Amino acid sequence: MSSDVRFTDFKSDKQPTWCPGCGDFGTMNGMMKALAETGNDPDNTFVVAGIGCSGKIGTYMHSYALHGVHGRALPVGIGVKMANPNLEVMVAGGDGDGYSIGAGHFIHAVRRNVDMSYVVMDNRIYGLTKGQASPTSREDFETGTTPDGPKQPPVNPKALALSAGATFIAQSFSSDAQRHAEIIQQAIEHDGFGFVNVYSPCVTFNDVDTYDYFRDAIVDLDETDHDPNNRDQAKDKILESDKEYMGVLYQNEDSVPFEQREGIDSSMAEIPDGAPEGAMDLVREFY
Amino acid sequence: MPEDLNWAIGGEAGDGIDSTGKIFAQALSRAGRHVFTSKDFASRIRGGYTAYKVRTSVDRVESVVDRLDILIALTERTIHENEDELHEDSVIIYDGERSTMQDVEVPHGATALEVPLKRLAEDAGGAIMLNVVALGAACEVTSFPIENLDESLQKRFGDKGEAIVENNKQAARMGQEYVQEEYDQSFDYSMETTDADYVLLNGDEAIGMGAIAAGCRFYSGYPITPATDVMEYMTGRVDQYGGKVVQAEDELSAINMALGAARAGARAMTATSGPGIDLMTETFGLVATSETPLVICDVMRSGPSTGMPTKQEQGDLNMTLYGGHGEIPRFVVAPTTVSECFWKTVEAFNLAEKYQTPVFLVSDLAMAVTEQTFSPETFDMDEVEIDRGKVVDEDEIDAWLDEQGRFQAHFPAADGVSPRAFPGTADGAHMTTGLEHDELGRRTEDTDVRIEQVDKRQRKVETAREQENFDYREFGDPDADTLVLSWGSNEGAMREGLELLDEEGYDVRFVSVPYIFPRPDLTDEVAAAEKVIVVECNATGQFADIVEHDVLERVERINKYNGVRFKADELATEVKQTIDSDSGTQEVEAE
Repeated sequence: MSSDVRFTDFKSDKQPTWCPGCGDFGTMNGMMKALAETGNDPDNTFVVAGIGCSGKIGTYMHSYALHGVHGRALPVGIGVKMANPNLEVMVAGGDGDGYSIGAGHFIHAVRRNVDMSYVVMDNRIYGLTKGQASPTSREDFETGTTPDGPKQPPVNPKALALSAGATFIAQSFSSDAQRHAEIIQQAIEHDGFGFVNVYSPCVTFNDVDTYDYFRDAIVDLDETDHDPNNRDQAKDKILESDKEYMGVLYQNEDSVPFEQREGIDSSMAEIPDGAPEGAMDLVREFY
Repeated sequence: MPEDLNWAIGGEAGDGIDSTGKIFAQALSRAGRHVFTSKDFASRIRGGYTAYKVRTSVDRVESVVDRLDILIALTERTIHENEDELHEDSVIIYDGERSTMQDVEVPHGATALEVPLKRLAEDAGGAIMLNVVALGAACEVTSFPIENLDESLQKRFGDKGEAIVENNKQAARMGQEYVQEEYDQSFDYSMETTDADYVLLNGDEAIGMGAIAAGCRFYSGYPITPATDVMEYMTGRVDQYGGKVVQAEDELSAINMALGAARAGARAMTATSGPGIDLMTETFGLVATSETPLVICDVMRSGPSTGMPTKQEQGDLNMTLYGGHGEIPRFVVAPTTVSECFWKTVEAFNLAEKYQTPVFLVSDLAMAVTEQTFSPETFDMDEVEIDRGKVVDEDEIDAWLDEQGRFQAHFPAADGVSPRAFPGTADGAHMTTGLEHDELGRRTEDTDVRIEQVDKRQRKVETAREQENFDYREFGDPDADTLVLSWGSNEGAMREGLELLDEEGYDVRFVSVPYIFPRPDLTDEVAAAEKVIVVECNATGQFADIVEHDVLERVERINKYNGVRFKADELATEVKQTIDSDSGTQEVEAE
């Protein structure tokens, strides 16, 4: 890690193909700022992404990165971190990627509490397939595949996380650059699974959950008396489905990451040139 | 045929059949006898017929046969299930005092030894030891020195305290003495012991041991029969070498975690069986196109769908060869014996890293649950070689940077193999993706780059064909007119079948193929034979199809798909009939 890393060092020379005004620009800038701010550099950072607009993020950033298959970014990130706990691992995804096809992985990643951060760009719609309902779309949100709305309530990812035993739950808004970067930074610094749901508006297909809507609706938890270490308070806030909060909703400061509990403290990349010393003991066990 | 003895204990699942069988098999192994075990079990935890069979000889045994000499029957059904294998010299040991076994009919004039297993066990300290009483009785019938049981009992019960061990030793002796006193007769069976030093392990354990020896440090999997033993073996053991086993939430997660660990530089593996392979298929292409070394082990069982989870089949060959959309460069390696499960696993890791591809390690239930004896040197760890391929460190990375200082992780090298930089390597930061990408790993739809990258990945296979020795194993008469081909676990039964065929004057050349892709060119072998027979445990002849495709000639087929592995004598008969018949596909009738 070098001390003179700037956030632009995490930028690749590839021009994003996101629509002009897309919330993902702000989300990504905040991720890069937070990584630089926490003393990481591209050579010790691994970014994993899934599929969709959010999945492109690894291409526009400069670090070790893998852009995988839809919904499966979290297991990849867990594998990376467990095999080399010295790496800073950040997983990025979208609401479809994380709460629909990858919902199973999400709650299990939360339970496992590996020390990494998970940033979900939540625009409440499928963008790259041109505007279908996502798991966080409103019940009456009309799209090409749901002309009368999905007619089912949106998932509450923060509630899923809390019930699965999350140790860090936050929410941010991509257009509030300063606060967004701070919140991602807190997720990185958290010892365990740092989950951040980011309101990252889709300017092309979602005309309900817009920048204007979020600007009016958002309440910054820093301006309330919310105590993120208080799980009951967090639960109440999270279950208020008509409220849009920004900030750290819940943090368990006693969290011990999974890999630490499992005693993994060094990279698994180093192996001997032949079988490990004393490997004949493995054979003798079968006497 | 070797001077061998076939022994079995059968009862209901939950009766301790497995552990009793294992105690006996270990005792035989420690007494310097070769052992080959097989299991009949149903997909349930308690109840249902289950049996553990042991074939043993002072000579090596490589297969099962259609004959049972000593049977410990804990239930009446056990006798019926094995009726066809019993004969006039068979000895059946059962508890005649049990109400359910009052009217047992002994088939084929076999000898019935009624031993009050439960009553004697209670006298020795607890009814639970009735299986051990039966073991003691079996020792008497076979003149196998009962002291050999003691160490096995120690190994099995040692952690429960010395009193338990002593009670079990006592129980065994009570069984022995009962037979001695009540049945004043000598039996035709004997079991010579030797000074040989053997280890006893099954195919799943050999795969797990091979993985650890080869430096595998990360294993993620989801429990599934019959692959779970690989995970259970590695759990705890790999930790001692700095590794970890993770039980994932599903197979999709398991393969993606392993992929992540592999990209972080660890040698990583996942193992599953058919239904799990289906779920993992989505990620095959990602592994190949991101050029991540990964060993994916499929321990096959009967399919399709949930099929018969506890029964043998070799039905996933096409799945591992062709599974996944698009065109996926890959290797498919299929060990043919339990010991090869070890060595081919080591090789699989080297192939994966040298060529940065998925390597499918294909085993099957028959090997997975078969315990077999080996000299410890069979697994000589000094022979294990590790080749990590083109890993570049900080000093070498300059050679692989483009003019703007970017690492070319997908450089289209002449041999198709790019440099690898483990995350953490200075100046090595790079992107990789399941999307088509350029040499830097950046997404592209450029037509020329697409062709360049596809060709580059396919060139790995050509390079491997040139550099590796994808050979076959050969047995029997090299000049025989009949050529038998097989893959996977059929090798043992066919090897023994050769001896039986030889006794009847049939000369056969047998080629056992452990590499499915790339595979040895069999054109000359097929051309030299008048009759070519492909033997495999599936209904459609997936390997036979491949052979026909390669050599542009029709072959004959022996297919078995009733869920039971080939038995040596049965297979010999099938081969003989195929040789004698003028044409047509022979199929083994379902039992």
